[in-house]
Order: sequence, then structure tokens, then C-alpha cells
Amino acid sequence: MRIAVLVKQVPDTDLVKLDPETGTMIRENTGNIINPLDLHAIEAALRIKEFMSSETDIVAFSMGPPVAEVALREAIAMGVNDAYLISDRRFAGADTLATATVLSKALEEFGPFDLVLAGEKAVDGETGQVGPEVGAILDLPVLSYVAKIVEFTEKSIIIEREVEDGKEIWESRLPCLLTLTKEVNEPRLPTLNMKKKARRVKIKTLNCDSLKIDETTVGLKGSPTRVAKITTPKIARNAVIYEGKELEEGIWKVIELLKPYLEENHE
Amino acid sequence: MSKHIWVIAEKRKGTFHSSTYELLGKAREIAKKIPDALVACVTLTNRSLTPEMREKLSEQGSDVILNIINEKFERFDYLTYLKALESIAEKFNPEIILAPATTTGRTIMPALAASLKTGLTADCTGLDIDNDGNLLQTRPAIGGNIMATIKTPNHRPQMATIRPKTFNPLTEKYSKTAIYHEIIPILDISDKTKLIEFKEISEDQKSIQDSEVVFSGGKGLRKPENLEILKDLAKLVGGAVGASRPLVDSKWIGHENQVGLSGHTVKPKIYIAAGISGAVQHVAGMQTSDIIIAINKDVNAPIFDYSDIGLVGDAAEILEMLHRALKNIKEEIPDA
Repeated sequence: MRIAVLVKQVPDTDLVKLDPETGTMIRENTGNIINPLDLHAIEAALRIKEFMSSETDIVAFSMGPPVAEVALREAIAMGVNDAYLISDRRFAGADTLATATVLSKALEEFGPFDLVLAGEKAVDGETGQVGPEVGAILDLPVLSYVAKIVEFTEKSIIIEREVEDGKEIWESRLPCLLTLTKEVNEPRLPTLNMKKKARRVKIKTLNCDSLKIDETTVGLKGSPTRVAKITTPKIARNAVIYEGKELEEGIWKVIELLKPYLEENHE
Repeated sequence: MSKHIWVIAEKRKGTFHSSTYELLGKAREIAKKIPDALVACVTLTNRSLTPEMREKLSEQGSDVILNIINEKFERFDYLTYLKALESIAEKFNPEIILAPATTTGRTIMPALAASLKTGLTADCTGLDIDNDGNLLQTRPAIGGNIMATIKTPNHRPQMATIRPKTFNPLTEKYSKTAIYHEIIPILDISDKTKLIEFKEISEDQKSIQDSEVVFSGGKGLRKPENLEILKDLAKLVGGAVGASRPLVDSKWIGHENQVGLSGHTVKPKIYIAAGISGAVQHVAGMQTSDIIIAINKDVNAPIFDYSDIGLVGDAAEILEMLHRALKNIKEEIPDA
């Protein structure tokens, strides 16, 4: 059994500060971490490995700048067997399709995989598109918003997805691709020993040439979308502020606004 | 040939989800800027649409209703949806495809975009057409108070998902009657996936997206117990409870209650943000509410910039006061 996990390196949003003058994000010194949702994907892979009687290999893939190595070392510290950093200047400016193209190529090159796991989305871009795009490119069934892995065999998987109006239980034959939510499990913390080991491991790197990818399909060139403009939206509201002695007046204003709903709700 | 603007309809229990009408409303608006544009509502169902359903889609702005029929469309079936949409997209060559950013839309749209080798923008809050006829897709960009406008200049279709409650349905009925077109695609679908069971959530769990009043809490509530006051208040006025991401991350409350970019977008009549500082990710999920009331002890908290009424003080204490006062008023209301 072989499982691939897609991971992304993201800025540590807890450390992100806003520039008080411009209101934009100060990206320096934010630190790099593995996308928190990807930890759930790694954990899911590790648990499947623990339950399988046969040999199971877990391989993590990340496309990103050299610093994305950080994310892969975290994956190794948790227990994945192998990790590939896919990094190339030509990948710069990639949108989700160009990213998915590269990841799919790597999965093909080092596949076949019985299962591909990805976090539901990354906390920086928050598009959640790369997982399903990889699934479509590789022609795999995609089961998204997976909140529980119910059953697993060599040939099939049963999962529970959380959707707006309830929960769905699906069975899929392998291979398939899952995108996982944080409800799926509680990711383990790496042991000190594993952390040490992860620090020493040499991360294998791949690029456009080693993956034999057509240059025109990656990076900005391979991206159908373009950023047309960036704006800082105007603040549309002017709050009337009630503080100190006036606070009570403000509270009464709010009570007046809520009162009609009270009556409506009165049984 | 006329250019199609597609709206992928979303079903809920035999009817259409409000997001379908919101997208039709917006599609009508942008259709004005594209010569020969037709708004097509694409429905994926397991049977013919009733005359009532057709009429509803028609008066909400559709020129054409493309009803794709397959027995597997009782609920969202990934492989069948993808193959069906792929085949009709290749046939009709739509200029634009819009879908709500729900669990269905956010799954099928990226897969469809990859199959059609085109671009897709997630969670748009604004749509427009530029002078070259390109769709301008605006979405909040991460990390700062920034909006990014994305376009797809050289690829068609141009695709976007839009958060429910972002746009308004038409205020006046669309005057034309939509042409109804039924398609039963012949699909080569292996039975790789199978829906085993569907467990519906109970109705009494009022969704925050459907409530007229939403009380949301943030880290400023200090301790999980203080969420109870929010819940009591919501109960009193028939509202719902929301939360900012930190509360969900700390597991004070479930993800279904999260308001913001990584949670739900809400558009209630009254939104109360208690102890929420106002990170752009949260604001993106509530800024279109009619009235926004912020309660925060820090007068400089960004949330006040997005509010109509600001109360400066301890969130839990102020909520407590609101609750007491409203409860008293309620008890004074004579029984009808």
C-alpha cells in the first residue's frame, strides 16, 4: 500500500502583524510552518499505516520555495517515510491549476499511489482548489470534506463527509483522493527523537526538468488566472461609539433594535 | 452564437438553495455588459423539473434552464457530476460558470476547471465585466485588508465560486420565460464510488446563514462559559450563535458556527460581534450584514471600523446586561 500526502508551507499566521499605517500584512519574520490542516492528512495516513497488516509507504510532496523544506521536515518528524520538495524558479506565480499540474506530475512519476490525501485547504490562500484539481488531473474519485475515516481495506475506503445539510457516508474503490477537515483526527506531536532524525534527513528535491514538465504549463505561464489589481477596501461604516458614561445609552439602543425579534419569538 | 453565463444551481430538499437565486441575480447584472449573453441555470436532478420550479428559476433571471438528468443526482455524486458537467460544457462552450461556494461547489468547480484546463477563483465577493469582456473576480486576499481582483484573460470558461449571501436575488421578476431544456447525458461512469448513507441534521439546529440575528463571540469572551450568555441571547430573540476562528480552533464551539473566510458568510439583519477584534478574515464573512454592532473593550479594535454601533467595555458583562434587560422586557409582553 502506498499513500501520498500533499503538504504546503505557509506563513505562521499567529505571528503575522498588520502595518498600522497601510493595513497590509507584514510578512517578514512570520516564520514558516506546515499548513495546519495538512497535519490531519499526515495523521490520517499514519493511522492507516498502523492498521494495515501489509507494508505501507507514506510519501509527502510539497511544491514551494526552498523554505518549504520546513513543512516536509515536520511531516518526516511525524513519521512519513519519504518526502519530496518540488522547487523551481519557473514555478513562481503559479495559480491553483499550475500548482496542481506540478503535483500531479510528481504523483505520476513516483506513483502509483493507492490513496492521495490533502488538507481541505491551506490557511494562507484558503482556496481549497489544489486537492480536487489534482484529483481531476489524475482522474481519481475525489471525496472532499472528509470528517471521519470509517473503514479501510486494501481495495476500498469508507468515509464520512460533512456537508451543509448533514453527513454522508461514501464508499470508494482505491485509488482515490481525499481532502480532510480538522474533525478527522487529532494530529500527533513528533517525539524528540523523530524531530532529531527529521533535522538530519536530506530532503529530496525535484524540479521542472527532473519531472520532465512542459515549462509552459507551470508557474505564471501555466496559470489561466491573473491578478488584475489589488485594492485596500474603503471602510464603509462609521460606528457611533458608546463608552464610559454613554455606554448605557448605547446598550439601550441595541435593546431597541433587538426588541422586535423578542416579540416575534414570543410564544 | 450567444455567450452563456452559467449558474450551477444547488438543491436542498426538492427545492433550490437561496444561493441559486443570488447567483442568478448577479448573473443578470453582468449579462448586461456582455453582448448576446444568455443566463443559463444548470440544474442536476434525478427527474424533470416541475412547472413551479421552472417558473421560479425563470422569474429569478434564467433565459435557459439546462436540466441534466441522472438517477445519481439525488445527492451530489462527484464522478457523475463531473462527467455530466464536462460533457455539456464542451457542447455549449459557456463563457462564464458560477457556482455557490458550498461543499458541493467547492469540490466540483476545481475538478471541472482542471478538466477544462481553465482558471477558477474561490469565494468571490465581487463580480464585474471589464472593457475587454473579461470577468473580474474579486476576493479578499489573505493576511491584510486587501481585495484581489482576478481575471482569466486567455481561457474560457471563466469560473468562480461565490459565497452564499454575498449577492441579492432580483428584486423584480425577470420578464422573459426561460426555455427549458432537458439533457440526459450518456455517461461512462464506473461505480467507483457509492453513497451508503445520508444522515440529515436536525431542523432545530438553526443555521447561522438563515438567521436574521447573529450573536458572534470571539476571544474577548475570555472563557468558554461566557458563550452560554450568547446562546441564551440567541434563544431569546430567535437568532443564531456565531464565532470567530480562534474560538473554533480552541474547540470552544464547532466549525459549523464559524463566521469568516474559513467559515460561513452571514448576512443577517443584525450582527453582534462580541469580543471579536475584527481580523479581515472575520470581517469578510459578515460585512454585508444590515446592522453591525461591535462590543469590545479596546476602543482601537478594528471591528469598530466595520460597525454601525460600537459599545466599549467587557463583552461578557455587556452581553449579560443585554440579556437581563431583554429577558425583563420579554416577561412584560402580555400573552397574545
